[in-house]
Amino acid sequence: MPANSPGWEGVPPSTKAGRTDVFAGIGDTPLVELDFLDEIPDGVRLFAKLESANPGGSIKDRPVARMLSAAMRDGHLDGDRRLLDSSSGNAGIAYAMLGAALDIPVTLVVPGNASRERLQRIRAHGAELILTDPIEGYDHALRESQRLAAEQPERYWHCDQYSNEENWRAHYDGTGAELLAQVGEVAGSAPDAFVAGVGTGGTITGAGHRLREANPELHITCVIPDVFPGIEGLKPLGAPDDIVPAILHEDLIDERIDVRMEQATAICRRLSQAGLFVGPSSGAYVHAALQVAATGRYPVVATILSDGGERYSSTGMWDR
Amino acid sequence: MSSVIVRIPTPLRGFAEGQSEIAAEGADVGAVLSAVGAAHPELLARVMKDDGQPREFVNIYLGSDNVRTLDGMDTPVGEGDVLSILPAVAGGAE
Repeated sequence: MPANSPGWEGVPPSTKAGRTDVFAGIGDTPLVELDFLDEIPDGVRLFAKLESANPGGSIKDRPVARMLSAAMRDGHLDGDRRLLDSSSGNAGIAYAMLGAALDIPVTLVVPGNASRERLQRIRAHGAELILTDPIEGYDHALRESQRLAAEQPERYWHCDQYSNEENWRAHYDGTGAELLAQVGEVAGSAPDAFVAGVGTGGTITGAGHRLREANPELHITCVIPDVFPGIEGLKPLGAPDDIVPAILHEDLIDERIDVRMEQATAICRRLSQAGLFVGPSSGAYVHAALQVAATGRYPVVATILSDGGERYSSTGMWDR
Repeated sequence: MSSVIVRIPTPLRGFAEGQSEIAAEGADVGAVLSAVGAAHPELLARVMKDDGQPREFVNIYLGSDNVRTLDGMDTPVGEGDVLSILPAVAGGAE
């Protein structure tokens, strides 16, 4: 999506080196066909968007750019007010990167076990980090950001990617529209199935709506990680205390497929042998997409490769 | 044998009757976790593999040190030490 696309009206003309270029680099990511995976039956094609091509290295650049633009347009960040949100890392990097480009002060509440690579990059862009006790999990960081925003409204504007409608709209106008155009060009039709997971719910809601408008028979599969250790960026959506994102349109989901971390990383290693270096959520999506493809009921299956594998080096994921 | 506190992360508390901490005894990290697992097998299955090593993306901390940087599950523990079970990634937001 170019920098002057609808939805980014709030971004001012460039007055700082690199500003326009950073925004212009977001979206329009490559579409790859995973035709080297043997499980895909004849007559079925599996496509994926390579979101590590975004300047922040993940799909999170899309919603964050859109939310920041809307916040600037609406005057939420006037004066010295800081943008505040919680993140497990990828959104934090996007906030920090774009905040630096736009001279917006950024404060991020992040669990202390976010990978070292993520924390390094967030700090490199100059954002303020508030680390929460990792034993209390991600939802604790989210509640802490809500508490800070409520207690200090003059200091913080809570962007809140979990309830910000601009989040899913970025995927409706961007990710979903691009999938339609790119898959249509290569396969000659809209996807018959779409596979994604839920973190904030932005991707599955936005892209899901867009793709189902084009194909009312679209089958939407939601990837569910195991409760522990979980999969970076994905919510299990099962425990009674889990926060369910306000922007998630759960009625879009036709099917849920459980994926364990070991299954996700096994796919990541296979993809790396084909030149695609991606993180565990991408592996989980492809693992589930292969199950959807194996049914033979959906000739064109689409999914997302959310981020790159470099971001997980410190976890030991690639130590073999 | 030393008495050790094991801190339980929120996603696993449902497999430990809601407890955030469990006291257990053992001479090393592996023994302490096995003692916890004897009372809470579903918890242990999510932390350790059948070979007694931590699952992929599971870290065990002794104080502030990841036991992978010490002697792994053979790392000796002392009276009053604190073990924490943590996922290697923060999770939560896509």
